[in-house]
Amino acid sequence: MNILEIENLDVTFTTETGDVPAVREASLYVRPGETLALVGESGSGKSTVALAALGLLSGNARATGRVEIGGVDVVGANEADLSRLRGRTASMVFQEPATALDPLTRIGAQIAEVIRNHRPLSAKEAASEAVTLLRRVGIPDPEQRASAFPFQLSGGQRQRVVIAMAIANSPGLLIADEPTTALDVTVQAEILDLLRALAADSGTGVLLVTHNMGVVADFADRVAVMLQGEIVETGPVEEVLLRPSHEYTRRLLSAVPRLTVAEPGDVPAAAPEVPTDAAVVELRDISVHFGRGRRTVRALQDVSLTVAPGETVGLVGESGSGKSTAARVALGLVPPTSGSVALFGTDLGRARGRARRALLAGVGVVLQDPVASLDARMSVGECVAEPLRVHRRGMPAAERRARVAEVLERVRLPRELAGRGPRELSGGQRQRVSLARALVLEPRLLVADEPTSALDVSVQQTVLEVITELQDELGFACLFVSHDLAVVQQFAQRVVVMHAGQIEEQGPTETTLLHPGTDYTRRLIAAVPVPDPVLQRRRRAERRAALAVGGTGATA
Amino acid sequence: MSAALRTTTPPTEAVAGHRLPLRRFARNRLAVAGLAVVVLFLLFCFVGPLLHSTDQTHTDLTQVNLAPNGSHWLGTDAVGHDELGRLMYGGKVSLLVGLAAGILATVIGTLWGAIAGYAGGWIDAVMMRVVDAGIAIPALFILLVVSAITTPDTLGLIVILGLVSWLVPSRLIRAETLTLKNRDYVLTLRAIGGTHGRAIARHILPNSVSTIVVAATFQVADAILLVAYVSYLGLGVQPPSTDWGGMLSAGLTAAYSGRWWLIVPPGLAIILVVCAFNAIGDGLRDAFDIKGRG
Repeated sequence: MNILEIENLDVTFTTETGDVPAVREASLYVRPGETLALVGESGSGKSTVALAALGLLSGNARATGRVEIGGVDVVGANEADLSRLRGRTASMVFQEPATALDPLTRIGAQIAEVIRNHRPLSAKEAASEAVTLLRRVGIPDPEQRASAFPFQLSGGQRQRVVIAMAIANSPGLLIADEPTTALDVTVQAEILDLLRALAADSGTGVLLVTHNMGVVADFADRVAVMLQGEIVETGPVEEVLLRPSHEYTRRLLSAVPRLTVAEPGDVPAAAPEVPTDAAVVELRDISVHFGRGRRTVRALQDVSLTVAPGETVGLVGESGSGKSTAARVALGLVPPTSGSVALFGTDLGRARGRARRALLAGVGVVLQDPVASLDARMSVGECVAEPLRVHRRGMPAAERRARVAEVLERVRLPRELAGRGPRELSGGQRQRVSLARALVLEPRLLVADEPTSALDVSVQQTVLEVITELQDELGFACLFVSHDLAVVQQFAQRVVVMHAGQIEEQGPTETTLLHPGTDYTRRLIAAVPVPDPVLQRRRRAERRAALAVGGTGATA
Repeated sequence: MSAALRTTTPPTEAVAGHRLPLRRFARNRLAVAGLAVVVLFLLFCFVGPLLHSTDQTHTDLTQVNLAPNGSHWLGTDAVGHDELGRLMYGGKVSLLVGLAAGILATVIGTLWGAIAGYAGGWIDAVMMRVVDAGIAIPALFILLVVSAITTPDTLGLIVILGLVSWLVPSRLIRAETLTLKNRDYVLTLRAIGGTHGRAIARHILPNSVSTIVVAATFQVADAILLVAYVSYLGLGVQPPSTDWGGMLSAGLTAAYSGRWWLIVPPGLAIILVVCAFNAIGDGLRDAFDIKGRG
């Protein structure tokens, strides 16, 4: 019997502006011990299906259709029945481990609470079982760690605790909504290993909601693809990822940036050529410390890097590696504790007032968050015109409008958009408006800090295409900060790998990412899941072998 | 391919955009009633005298202490002024001082809070300690001392009230600024060499406008109350000019002799207007609040 069965599920949200259908006629099932991946882009309704499966939809949602977990109906069930079901027959792992745990309760107690909610155990028995669970999910020193508060754990460890809570009562069904999206790739690989092992051991069925095709290839047995609230394709993972039948799946997969990996026997390419031109931006021995005394955080230590004219340099690393701080130092937003920044050959730290502003006129900036990047109180045209108002104060209004229209068209947006508000645009359109603003002064350097991380893959592809195209045309250099190795590989000529505030290694993209020189980079690349189940299975085996040999199986 | 795929990310938030707060406000009955009360009182005080003209400067000893009747709907006071006309005349001062002082307090508080929050570091620390010190001394006390020394006219009263009540709005705006100054659009502006003044004037203040407007309505209500206090204690605007607080004070002696028409109308007017402004403030706060409505 299937542990989860959904048939003709419809979900509609009632909002202030009318009814919004979120899911239409969705049908799927999960067998015990099997993982079904529900994939789709943002707004496709995949999370809504997951929430509906546990009866967790918000009050303004209306669900119809049939949802059964282990033969028990969910749609018509009352809250008391659902409470018995949740955490017992089926449980859920959410995206953000930081908010899934109660910050003021020790983790052992939180797990024990889940156990005692459903089973008649004494407090002591539950506590000892919590320790067993912590050991099972790979938390080192579980006896001591059980009395830790969530903030004392890393993000990966927190997610392990969340998983421990989810499997506390050996549920038949585990629903994981983007369980690794908030985590770094190396941690993601460990969490996926853990989930896979747990599912295999106990025969738990898993409904995995994700947008990441690499994760799907790594973990799923079957795949269901959602588009605008409907499931458009279902099938075994090899079938769907390698031989997709639906037009949308094909487009989606072609938009996923793929990390090219070295085939066994490949030889490193020729020696890297060092850029010899005068640098557009040069960071020399930069250190940045935040705070004082014992609390000092060394965000950057002796970081040196250069970007040559017209060149794209990818700055990669995991969260906390200092890559964004390095970009902000280059922009003069974060003053370095020691070291110097030269922008277009002039020391940025010494430039003051008008000279400094003139230097910064040669820089364009695109930041990560498409919502926060544009001031919602301004029109798109005003947003794009802002650098002109700062640096070309004498420019007549008509000329300014013409320039804004021109640059909007450059980023493939209709010029009519100038009169609209940022709220009316999609995420990809907003990032292109940000790009237009960055390019309106024709800068010599574009600093892009995770410009596409918040976007769906298809939209990401368009934005990257626009940047590449304009770079060919206008010849600006680009410092491209990203955590996504596949994107950087596609986009950058040189790559700088950062780790814990220091530069691990740097060199031409082909050689560095195919034949890394340091262990850290090798591990980083090995942890990236590729959207090809066959290749990914081989890579996983290799990564595990490498970890076993290196003895670096330490948990995140 | 971009055109084909763009269908997957419809700009769902395109709905009616900024019109939403207005509709929310219109749906809040108490707030709409508050707005109506304020508008009616403004008409009453500023247009009313044109329809019901009375002499509020000369005493008329033939007409003292009359109960409400056909020619004096709310009776007359101890020196023969028509009470209905006096309510309009006093209301002009109360509303004018209240609105002007409330707005002045909000303007000072907004600038102070925005600059402190944006500058950060020791400038912020010094500016906010000034605010803390100010809040530690009751505004009413400062107000009484100053008005006892100077016997202010209407303009003087506005300035004094404004200067004692900007502290709370400055804290609100500072808190707002702290979150706004790290928004990506402010960082972007700074990264390309935009000035601090531009960041405050073009980004931080426009985005704090909801906080500012809500703070302003509450400030107006407070200011009207404060004027009433001061005048009630005889330290506000001086005769023959008056305001609702002053009328209450003048009528107090009459309260024990059953001349209710000297007490109830001004008292009721104060309560109604202050409640109305508070209701408007609540309505505006809810209307601007996006988070509260998922």
